Amino acid sequence: MSIEAMAIDPAGLVAEVARLKAEGWRLVTLTSVELDATRMEVLYHFDRGLTLKHLRVAVDKGGQLPSISGVFFAAFLVENEIRDQFALSFDGLALDYQGKLYSETAQTAESSPFCRYQVKTAKEPG
Amino acid sequence: MARTVIPFGPQHPVLPEPIHLSLVVEDERVIEALPTLGYVHRGLEMLATKRDYTQMIQIVERVCGICSMLHSLCYCQGLEELLAVEVPRRARMLRVVWSELHRLHSHLLWLGLFADSFGFEALFMQFWRIREKVMDLNEGTTGNRVIVSVNVIGGVRADLDAGQVRWIRDTLLEVEASIQSLQSTILNDATVCRRTRGIGVLTKEAAYELGAAGPMLRASGIAQDLRQLGYAGFDELDFEPVVEIAGDCWARSSVRFRETLQSIDLVRQALSKLDDKLTPGELAAKAAGRPEGEVVTRVEQPRGECLYYMKANGSLFLERVRIRTPTFANIPALTAILPGLDFADVPVVVLSIDPCISCTER
Repeated sequence: MSIEAMAIDPAGLVAEVARLKAEGWRLVTLTSVELDATRMEVLYHFDRGLTLKHLRVAVDKGGQLPSISGVFFAAFLVENEIRDQFALSFDGLALDYQGKLYSETAQTAESSPFCRYQVKTAKEPG
Repeated sequence: MARTVIPFGPQHPVLPEPIHLSLVVEDERVIEALPTLGYVHRGLEMLATKRDYTQMIQIVERVCGICSMLHSLCYCQGLEELLAVEVPRRARMLRVVWSELHRLHSHLLWLGLFADSFGFEALFMQFWRIREKVMDLNEGTTGNRVIVSVNVIGGVRADLDAGQVRWIRDTLLEVEASIQSLQSTILNDATVCRRTRGIGVLTKEAAYELGAAGPMLRASGIAQDLRQLGYAGFDELDFEPVVEIAGDCWARSSVRFRETLQSIDLVRQALSKLDDKLTPGELAAKAAGRPEGEVVTRVEQPRGECLYYMKANGSLFLERVRIRTPTFANIPALTAILPGLDFADVPVVVLSIDPCISCTER
């Protein structure tokens, strides 16, 4: 079983979200999910009249997605959270905490908790 | 005019939990508000990958004490969908009873805190005195006052016998009368209205666009309540969302006040469905196998819409549990309504969203 979600290319994300907003959908939240050692995806959940619609965007770990906070201001909070937890950055964030939403020190790919498979520090030989 | 940044929180007399707001003010007028989180972040979503999916029930109950039952309900509903388990009707109705008792005590707690935020301590005491009777019901029927731990995958772990049903009905009669006796004070008293009417207005359009949830959304004129989805036993019960149109602090308190009475009505309706079957029936269907796939579930918590996303791979451990709580949804709306307010109104407006920061940070 998997949820019915429309796959979207990152380049077309903001336009698609703007189209949904124009159709009366409101943003519920975003969900970031690890796929494998190098890839993750972000699900965008929208609601209209108690019906949910989902968009699915695949992205490289440590990569970047366009922020949708210019369309839905409320997205700034969850995009900052994903930045903290997955070290995924968002271009054009309306309010950018620079990886410090939950912590006083900026989260990096090495310290972000959900990036556990991403970073392997090689041991010095000998 | 010179601008000043005033820190509000994380410790403040009106804040039951820590959140920090950097308030940019000109004289005593708020120009901008920037929230800072991170004081009670516990990494509970991460913990989901380290505890098996049955142990996670006890963990999600601790996302928030005040709406613990609703968290475990949302979580269990998701797993029941993944495992294709059909919850027995009696268990669905019992879930309604305890989830509405939670809404009732949560709203009474908030009504007291809200009264305290504008200095009406006698009203605070009265609402909390009433709330104690609801807490007694929780303790008497589940063994715990706050974290009742009744949900299991497939149903519930506790039942109500005829004596308990009668006790709940009798207690709710007292609670209802006590709440009604405070209606004119919380909604019509001149001093209360001066602190709440026209303060912190969130328009219908802004509430929708900013993704506001629960009473915050309904107080701005949007009749959306996830119980309309019919989860648990709500599909068999008769109710309409409680809505106000002013979008101010008064409207938010009115919605929550009226929802306390609505919760009492819903508990009575659910109990009457239990009466149809005097012999206690099956309480939990057996859940066989391991969950696999992904699912999104939602419930209406006291503070509003809660969403769980879960991804399972057929093992004992879930790959991902994502929890979007209602306060998380209401913080952007809060940052939008604070600018333009007098500084003295900030505590009342912050309280009016019923902030739960433990929920928000998880």
